[in-house]
Amino acid sequence: MKDKWVRILAPLLLLLLLLGAWEISVHWFDVKPFILPAPSQVLITFIDNFPMLTWHGAVTFLEILLGLLLGGLGGILLAIIVFYSPVLDKALYPLIIGSQMIPVFAIAPILIVWMGFGLWPKVTVAALISFFPLVVNVSDGLREPTEEAVDLFRSMGATRRQIFWKLRLPASLPALFSGLKVSATLAVVGATIGEWVGSHQGLGYLMLQANARLRMSLVFAAIVMLAILGLFLFGAIRIIERRVVHWRSAKADARGG
Amino acid sequence: MDGATTLQVENVSKIYHERSTSIPVLDSISFDLRAGTWTTLLGPSGCGKTTLLKILAGLEAPDSGRVIVEGSDSSRLGATAYLPQHDTLLPWRTALGNAILASEIGGKSIDDTKKEALELLDHFGLSGFESLYPSQLSGGMRQRLALIRTFLTHRSILLLDEPLGALDPLTRATVQKWLLGVWSELKKTVLLVTHDAEEALLLSDRILVLTERPARLQLDQAVNLERPRDRGSSDLAAHKSQLLSLLLKEGAAV
Repeated sequence: MKDKWVRILAPLLLLLLLLGAWEISVHWFDVKPFILPAPSQVLITFIDNFPMLTWHGAVTFLEILLGLLLGGLGGILLAIIVFYSPVLDKALYPLIIGSQMIPVFAIAPILIVWMGFGLWPKVTVAALISFFPLVVNVSDGLREPTEEAVDLFRSMGATRRQIFWKLRLPASLPALFSGLKVSATLAVVGATIGEWVGSHQGLGYLMLQANARLRMSLVFAAIVMLAILGLFLFGAIRIIERRVVHWRSAKADARGG
Repeated sequence: MDGATTLQVENVSKIYHERSTSIPVLDSISFDLRAGTWTTLLGPSGCGKTTLLKILAGLEAPDSGRVIVEGSDSSRLGATAYLPQHDTLLPWRTALGNAILASEIGGKSIDDTKKEALELLDHFGLSGFESLYPSQLSGGMRQRLALIRTFLTHRSILLLDEPLGALDPLTRATVQKWLLGVWSELKKTVLLVTHDAEEALLLSDRILVLTERPARLQLDQAVNLERPRDRGSSDLAAHKSQLLSLLLKEGAAV
């Protein structure tokens, strides 16, 4: 119980301390608001523009969510395909790793040309950036069961399909969720990049517009909104993870009690 | 020895090929198992006991010879109950969920098996633990659960690969006693692999001793000691030193 409070309060206290130092420095050194606004000013801007921030935030969140969904599903499927086909594994894996050396920033403008200014190029960028951690984590996860465990299943007369659904897939879930959490943070980056390159709505668009007009406090307010969305997504995945990977929390309970 | 022959091993040989060298592991091994008896395979570590057990379970094919389970020498997968060296309990399943695994894979009625599993868990000192996860169970409980899972395959031949190897001596003695109790009640045919001579003498009707690799059958001996056996008895000690000298002659660490 005490631990839980420390876990919540400690980072909060540190954040407040940093914000306080920021606030004082801005006033002390008389920094111009279009260079660096004080946190209090960002808060006021955030509250004043809340409906607009929510609207743009909703657009960005939809892109993040769809991107993560497509990228995630693609990553999981690719991991399964690569796991079961040694030929495709040899053919695809170097290409998949190679593809990660290409910065998404380089692809985003091309996607705008191909797909226009709408939702899909952003979703695609988010999907492209978020599929990789899942490929890596899920293919590791599928290899998690020992040869003995597979032998046990085979000795019971299990089919390949049963070994996948009852052994490999559940065994890969902890790794899958680790990957998904990394992917979620990457999807936020992907959607924002997609919006920077060409869009007429979303938080990335808002940041670019505000930046051009030197409305720095609105840029920061958009960043705060983006961070809130990211944290919300991360938290939601953790809640689902605890539900799905329930045996892990049972272990933690046993250790704690 | 009572009961009919339920498992026949005829001239089974196995050679592992690694790069350019080939390593003979099993060298024409033959023996029969009679229904309802307890046989123990004893041999030095790494002599191929596990390989032999895997062949019997149908997980590997012999290079020559054949294995006949209950009169059939076709695919043996699913014909026997096999317990690998480690308990291999699935961490995401509760004790009950692990116990009924074989029925689930075999497509049998899960409700019936659940009922049976609960009775077995209850009967064997795991009542109240059915909804716990393996990580919440002690080593001895995990091993008992793995054995219950093996019984619930509903096969008459149990192939057990050093199921008690990882337990501390006290827990090991407890589970040995428990296992004997279960065996005499359920009337299964057991083939146990171990490298512990005392364990073999405590539990079995018959002991098969293998040589070092490539493993050949060195000794096939009935154990005519009164049950229940006492590990402190002089008879058992005499048998044990005899077995040990045989194993030590093979230059093995026991």
